[in-house]
Amino acid sequence: MSVAVANAGRTDAEARDLFCFVLRLGDLSLVLGQRLGEWVGHSPALEEDLGLANIALDMIGQARLLLSYAGEIEGRGRAEDDIAFLREHGEYLNPILVEMPNGDFGQTIVRQVLIDAFQLEMFERMAASADQRLAAIAAKSVKEVRYHLRYSSGWLLRLGDGTAESHARVQSALENLWSYTVELFAEDDLDKAMADRGVAPRLSEVQAAWSQRIGEILAEATLDRPKDRPHSWHGKRGQHSEHLGYILTEMQHLQRTYPGARW
Amino acid sequence: MYTQALDVQGADAATLDEGVLERRFLERVDAEEKIEPKDWMPARYRNTLIRQISQHAHSEIVGMLPEGNWITRAPTLKRKAILIAKVQDEGGHGAYLYSAAETLGVSRDQLIDQLLSGKAKYSSIFNYPTPTWADVGAIGWLVDGAAIMNQIPLCRCSYGPYARAMVRVCREESFHQRQGYDLMMHLAQGTPAQKRMAQEALNRWWWPALMMFGPSDANSTHSGESQRWKIKRFSNDELRQKFVDFTVPQARFLDLAIPDPLLRWDDIKQQHEFGPIDWSEFDQVLKGNGPCNAERIAARRNAHAAGGWVREAASAYAEKQRRRAATLAA
Repeated sequence: MSVAVANAGRTDAEARDLFCFVLRLGDLSLVLGQRLGEWVGHSPALEEDLGLANIALDMIGQARLLLSYAGEIEGRGRAEDDIAFLREHGEYLNPILVEMPNGDFGQTIVRQVLIDAFQLEMFERMAASADQRLAAIAAKSVKEVRYHLRYSSGWLLRLGDGTAESHARVQSALENLWSYTVELFAEDDLDKAMADRGVAPRLSEVQAAWSQRIGEILAEATLDRPKDRPHSWHGKRGQHSEHLGYILTEMQHLQRTYPGARW
Repeated sequence: MYTQALDVQGADAATLDEGVLERRFLERVDAEEKIEPKDWMPARYRNTLIRQISQHAHSEIVGMLPEGNWITRAPTLKRKAILIAKVQDEGGHGAYLYSAAETLGVSRDQLIDQLLSGKAKYSSIFNYPTPTWADVGAIGWLVDGAAIMNQIPLCRCSYGPYARAMVRVCREESFHQRQGYDLMMHLAQGTPAQKRMAQEALNRWWWPALMMFGPSDANSTHSGESQRWKIKRFSNDELRQKFVDFTVPQARFLDLAIPDPLLRWDDIKQQHEFGPIDWSEFDQVLKGNGPCNAERIAARRNAHAAGGWVREAASAYAEKQRRRAATLAA
């Protein structure tokens, strides 16, 4: 699809909004895929190597679809790899939660449950997006995400309701990561505009569904829901933790070292 | 340990002595019938298979490390996806090879303990490092290429579960080999720096790849019986020659130089002649003195140790679930 067709009927401001919104979704998948890729070969059991690799693969697949689309919306000829590998730190719009280190397997699972549930609520609703391309990507991705949540919540049950040690570990991971969920639902002008245009669901609606689902999973896993605390530093606005720099250094290494090379 | 062997001894062993059983076994092997887990088999056949299949499984698992090393640094999203899928396939191969070994009456836990304790071997090739992106391509092209040469005959191996596992493994390996070659082609046709990277990787992997076929026939300890039992169909040297003949034209197509000044085409034999292999290097790597032996096994041990609490939790949870189900049923 040409840029002109893709952007038919869209003002420049609308195209810019959509571009940023698609980057938020795509960068989430990209950075989480990158993090999960670190596990491959080092998991607690062979099946977990396969499971985490599988999720990583889906995440990279989502990132490719979304970042390609972002490039088309932008209309400056950037392809998925230009966008994935050649932006600066502040131009990545993923939530901070996905850049948090893997930690132990428990922390990875907690992060995964929180994000899987978020993606599930987003993609289920976005399958009916007014933006047909996003609707198609969401419809494809939601099938993957359902499986991811089954995997991650299955593990959270085992770890939360397993041994005293495993319980303590995942409870502590939950406390550490909980405040980074705030930004997922902190609606800003862009989120509002996307909801007004029927591109994306209202975040308040997503939050209510997410909160209920997470509440049920935590209860079954015998874990305490941490207290909500304000957290105003938002990756989706380009404000990141110190971790993203290292992720990008590693990820961008070859593209930066050999500019213009084809791989 | 070999519980299945004990189970099936009852009917036959009561009336037949070992000599008769072994003769029947060999007749079946000669007739190209598959030996299945419940069939009588000589203890040496069983042990050979356990050793070979578990070494193969361990090789897949350790083999995830050198390439997994590049997942986070893959240069494009497509290459990253291909690499993740490939490393995942290797884990999958490990999983079904362990299952094939389990049909011989040994558990995966026992086999993994043997790997971690250093008792069991895995392919020495994975004790070489992957310093550049081109090494990922070289592994796919050469290491998977050599593995296919070794493994295609195993699809006709006399032991049914191993043969069937190998059919799937080979299909995926040949896909990996093509992906590795494609990666090398992009480098070889890329910038001078990329081409240099590809050449250097070929230099690093060529001789270790030739060593993957094992010692020359004169020095191979396990070959005779394995061939008699149709576990092994071709000799190490035959397979190595096939690999060289197959790979040299591929290197030429890439305009990369095979690092062997003695390599030449022998018009009479209609095959390539190549220089002597440095078996002292092979022996050193086999003895644990290769560039990455310590690191590879440490990575496996660390993953296993760090995952101990996770596996314990999974068992504890499963036990709780069993108790809850029993309480509900009561």
